[in-house]
This record gives sequence, C-alpha cells and structure tokens, in this order.
Amino acid sequence: MISNIKRSILSCVILLILCGLIYPLIGTGIGQVLFHFQANGSQIKQGSMLIEQNWKGPQWFQGRNDGSVITLGPDKVLISGTNQPGPRSKQLEQSVVQRAKQLIKEGIIPANDLVTTSGSLLDPDISVHDANVQVPAIAKYHNIKPSALYSLIKQVTVHKQFGFLGNTYINVLELNIKLSHLFKKVKK
Amino acid sequence: MSFAITLLILFVGLGISWRYLGSYMANVYQGRVRFLHSFEKIIYAILDVDENSEQTWKGYATSLILFSAFGILFTYLILRFQGFLPLNPLHFGSVSPALAFNTSISFVTNTNWQNYAGETTLSYLSQMIGLTVQQFVSASVGIGVSIALIRGLARKNNPNIGNFWVDLVRGILYILLPIAFIGGLIFVGQGAVQTLAGPMVIHDALNNISQVIPRGPVGFMESIKQLGTNGGGFFNANGAHPFEDPTALTLILSVFLILIIPVSLTYTFGKMVNSVKQGLALLMAMFIIFSISLGIGVYAEMQPNPAVAQSHYVKQLNGNMVGKETRFGVPDTALYNITSTQTSTGSVAGANDSFTPLGGLVLLSGMMLGEVSPGGVGSGLYTILLFALIAVFIGGLMIGRTPEYLGKKIQSKEVKLAALGVLIMPITVLIITAIAVSVQAGISGPSNAGPHGFSEILYAFTSQANNNGSAFAGLNGNTAFYNITGSIAMILGRFGIIIPVLALAGSLGAKQTVPTSLGTFKTDNPTFTFLVIAVIIIIGGLTFFPALSLGPIIEMLLHGRFF
Repeated sequence: MISNIKRSILSCVILLILCGLIYPLIGTGIGQVLFHFQANGSQIKQGSMLIEQNWKGPQWFQGRNDGSVITLGPDKVLISGTNQPGPRSKQLEQSVVQRAKQLIKEGIIPANDLVTTSGSLLDPDISVHDANVQVPAIAKYHNIKPSALYSLIKQVTVHKQFGFLGNTYINVLELNIKLSHLFKKVKK
Repeated sequence: MSFAITLLILFVGLGISWRYLGSYMANVYQGRVRFLHSFEKIIYAILDVDENSEQTWKGYATSLILFSAFGILFTYLILRFQGFLPLNPLHFGSVSPALAFNTSISFVTNTNWQNYAGETTLSYLSQMIGLTVQQFVSASVGIGVSIALIRGLARKNNPNIGNFWVDLVRGILYILLPIAFIGGLIFVGQGAVQTLAGPMVIHDALNNISQVIPRGPVGFMESIKQLGTNGGGFFNANGAHPFEDPTALTLILSVFLILIIPVSLTYTFGKMVNSVKQGLALLMAMFIIFSISLGIGVYAEMQPNPAVAQSHYVKQLNGNMVGKETRFGVPDTALYNITSTQTSTGSVAGANDSFTPLGGLVLLSGMMLGEVSPGGVGSGLYTILLFALIAVFIGGLMIGRTPEYLGKKIQSKEVKLAALGVLIMPITVLIITAIAVSVQAGISGPSNAGPHGFSEILYAFTSQANNNGSAFAGLNGNTAFYNITGSIAMILGRFGIIIPVLALAGSLGAKQTVPTSLGTFKTDNPTFTFLVIAVIIIIGGLTFFPALSLGPIIEMLLHGRFF
C-alpha cells in the first residue's frame, strides 16, 4: 500500500514532465520552426485568416450570422461557441427571420449559411452560393460591374481538399481584401 | 460522392491499422517491443517496479485506483493554484473548488466533460500539465484494463493479470506518444495554433474592428485529445474552433485518430487469444452498429432544420447548417460528431445541440448502447467483451449447455460481474437524471424549453456516466448541483465498470480451459456477431426507451410546435 502510494506520486510527477512539458514544448518548438505562420494563428495584416470579423454594411461581403451572438470575455477576449439553440427553438426561428429581413433590406436574397450561426461562432467562411447572392447589392453600392465580382469570387474559391474532403468555400476576409483593392481602383 | 470517397479512404486506413497497429499493440503489451527499453528501465527503477513481476486483479485494481486518486489530486491542485503558476498570459485566477473538482475527475476518468470555457478559464500551464497529461494517462489506463481482461481470457490456472505500472508506461511510450506526436505535426501544419505567446490582438483592420483572439499550445493537445478518445478541447467550441480544426483534413484525421486504437484493439485481442477470427466477430458487431448510426445520422442532418424551415425565408438545400462550419459542411460534421459519441470521445466539430431531433437521437443512442461501436480506448473492448459474455450466457441458456467463452466456463460469478459492469451505467444515468428533473437546481440548468430541455439533462448524465464528455451545450453545468452530480456519474461510470472487469479478468485467468468439442457454442462467426448486437440493443433499448421517448422522440413527433 505504502509502496503503491509512493509509486503513484512518483509516476504522476514523471508523466507530468514527459506528457505535460516535454511533449508540448518540443511540439511547440518544432511547430514554430516548420510552420511559423500556421502555429501563430495564420495572421496577416488585416487579421487572422481563420477567425471571422463580423463584416457589416452594404460595402462588404458578409459572413455567417455569428456576429449577432458572439460574446466577449474579460479583456475583450473572443469566446467561441457559446449556447446553441435546439432544433425546435422559437428563438432560433426569430433570429433567422430578423437576419433575413435585414438582408432583404440590403438587397440580398437570404441564403442558408447567411441566416444561421456556426458551431464556433467564428466561422471565417461562406459557401460560393452565399457569396454570389451578395453580388448585385455590392456591385450597385460600389458601382462595379457584377461580372468583376463574380470573377473575384472564382479567384478566391477554395475547393474541396484533395478534391473530396469537406466543402467548397470562400474565405470572407480574403474576398473582402480583394474587393477593397477593386473599389479603391474604381474610386481613383 | 465525395463523402463516399472519404468513407472509403477512412475504412481502408482503419483496416490497415487494424492489422498492423493491432499486432504491434499485442507485441507492446507482451514486452516484445523494446526500442525505448533503456528509458523504460529508468522509469521502473525510479518507481521501484520489477517489470517481470505481475499482479493479481486486486493488486492491479489497488494500483489503478490509487494512481487515479493521485491524478485527481494533482490536477485539482494545479487548477486551484494556477493563479500563482507561470504561463498564464491572460492572468486567470484560480479555478473555483467545485469546478476544479469536477474538471479533475472529468479528465482522470477519460470523460473530458467541461463546465467551463477554456479560453477564459485555464492558463496554458493548466492545459498542458493538468489536462494534456491526463489525456495521455487516462487513455493508457483504459487500454491497460482491456489488455488485463484479454490476459485473463488467454491464460489458464494463472490468477495474475499483468502489472499496472508496466502497462501504464508502455502504453504511453510506445503507442500514445509517437502517434500523437505525428498527428500533432499535421494539425499544426494545417493551421492549428501551437504557441506560448499570448492572445493575438488585431486593431484597425480593413473594417475598423478590434479583436483579441486567444491562442495557446493547441495543436499537440488536439491529437492526443482524439487519439486517447478524450475529447476535451482547448477552446469552448472544441473541434468547431478554426484554431483546433482548421481544415477538412484535420477533421478526417481526427475521426481516424479516434477510431484507430479501439478498432485495432480487436485485432490485439484476437492475436493474444490465438484466434484473429474471435476479434473479427466483435469488430463486425462494432462496425454494423457504427454504420447504421452513421447512415441515420448523416441522413437526419441533410434534412432541413425545423426552426429555420419554419421561418420560410431560406431553402436549406445543403442540410441543417445551424451550428455547423462552412469549411466542413453537413456530412463531414455529422461523421465527426457521431464517431465521437460512438466512442467515448465527446469532441464536436459542430453544435450537438442544434442537430435535428433524429440526429440528436443518434448521438444519444451511441452513448446509451454503452459506447461499444467501437467505444473508447480500451473501454470499448472491455465493455463489448462484457456484452459478449452475456451473449454467451444467453446462448447457453437457449441450447441448454454450460456457457463457454474461449474455452472458459462462464459460471454464476462471471455472469454476475458482467451484468454488474453492464448495468452500472444505465442505473447511474436514470437515477441521477430522475433526481435532476425533480429538484429546482436541476431544472434551472437547461437553456432550451420543452422536450429539448429534458434532452439536455438526460444527455448530460448519459455523457458523463459513459465518460464521453460531449454536451448538448445548452446546459449551464457550472453550478454546485451539476458539478457534484456530474462528478459522481463520471466516477461510477469509470471505476464502476473497471473494477468488475478486473475481477472478471482475475477470475477467468485462474480457471482451467475446457477443450472445444462439437457441442461448443461458436463465438467467431456471424451468428455470434448478431447475438452480441441483439444483446447490446435489447439492453440499451429497453433501459432507455422510456427516457428517450420523453426527449428526442417526442421532439421528432411534434411537427409544427416550437418552444
């Protein structure tokens, strides 16, 4: 019994060092060297490629409906994936109606991904269809030809990984950066 | 079509690892893998363990329980004192006693139920030396117990079932650490963060926003979270968070890592009892339950979300996207979440709470059937072996012979232990759920009204008593009531099964084997596979059907009603 207690304490210490310090620290070292960009959060000048930015207003392509529900912790830290509505929740229905009405007001035909929230509430992407439905409104606002926007969408489309994994999608940040180059040119 | 290719590649990959990892694990636990033996010897010297001496089931169980108790104590102290420890860039204070108690039990029992949001509660150091450590350790303990049961079945006239300390160390050194390390590299390469720097602060971006985005040592925790069927993520959103699962590749890698050990252990079992076909019969039972659940679940999620449909504004051509990430899409998210509830993982790539009623039912039923398809690391195999013993017993009753399994007579003592191991989970779930819906502290937990609120409570205790850890996230679990009742469910669900399993291993090992004859009931053919499936479904179905009909089933039938 006494020897087993001693073994328990010693093994907790040894495994703490091995799995809790050596493993993650070596991993951090190698990760930082091999994949510096990814390991630090895929950050570019305008933000992280992986975290959505709650784009508002008719001048931008908008993302999922996440911005309406995201909560901030102390120090304004983004908290991911808080409470989610059930499939028969009145609250969910109301939030869809509200968002859809707002989109219609902005001249956008509501689409599935645009009126729903994601699991993380930080989803940086939308589907190609959801980008396309926003084109007429944005083209009108900036006075750009819709065809220029459609080709922009084609440029940034990320296809299924290896041709079969996951979804085809558009990164909203990347699309909006390209859009900003375009409308700056038009203004000049 | 793409999803069919995904499944095909997944199953081929699992088939290959079944054969080779399964065989490798048998070699590891029989002491034939020695490439780290010099390092191993140092650990045994410090622990004062003789690697060649074995323990009886009582010795094994005592060591396991003491070790787990100290694991809980260590983790508890780390969480309680995190405010004074380094690697705490957001200066979190210490975790409250009730939450620290619940969390440490949760990670030591391989449950990973989380009554907190990681990004606003835990320091990097707590995540590393508190939680990641237990993700390795609890997984290794689970595999060790299943190996001890296999030894009991394979041996004769030998009451010893192995050495706990040796099994613990070998599982971590030879199986978990190497695979987790390779997996971690892929996670980070795809975009999972792995840094000790503080949060990313973004100012004055294109659209004039400011963001404080938490980061941390995530990628390498991610791989052991899946490989050890733990499921506890770094962030609140778990695998849905882009910093945990950045791409569809990491999603499918997660599914693969979750399944690889539980699936391969059936080969390890077959190899150690000198009949691969015995393992194959169990694997087929796992595979059939898994495939049926997956089929129903993916179909259910391809249907429209009822509440979104009710708004009449959008056509949901791509299925129920509420709570799902665009980069994954519906089928892949359903695959991930269903895999995670058919094993004891509990990680999520999308919100379980927002699954359609039928989809939610599939998630719940995976756990209610005892998590045997293929179940958690080790726990899946030892639980299905309990069902196999009951199946043999029922088969024996039908043909009027003394039941035997692998040449061992299954007598009253073995049947009692197997029944105890199988029934402890449903008893725990039903009693604690009944208490929770009877007291105010329990009723105030769920955030959704109507039958979904009941589902949230039922789900919480099913998940904790099965050491799964996934949640219908609408439940506010960080109250004294849920922290304490949940801890009780997790402890009963873990050790309430492990102890009868070890006792069974000791009892079986001490027995003679009887030679096979023409009249022996065969346990390596499709008939036995179906008998095992029938036993699993009858026990799980009969116990939980009344409770399910008050939650997801009634929710499914209430067309046009919203709460």
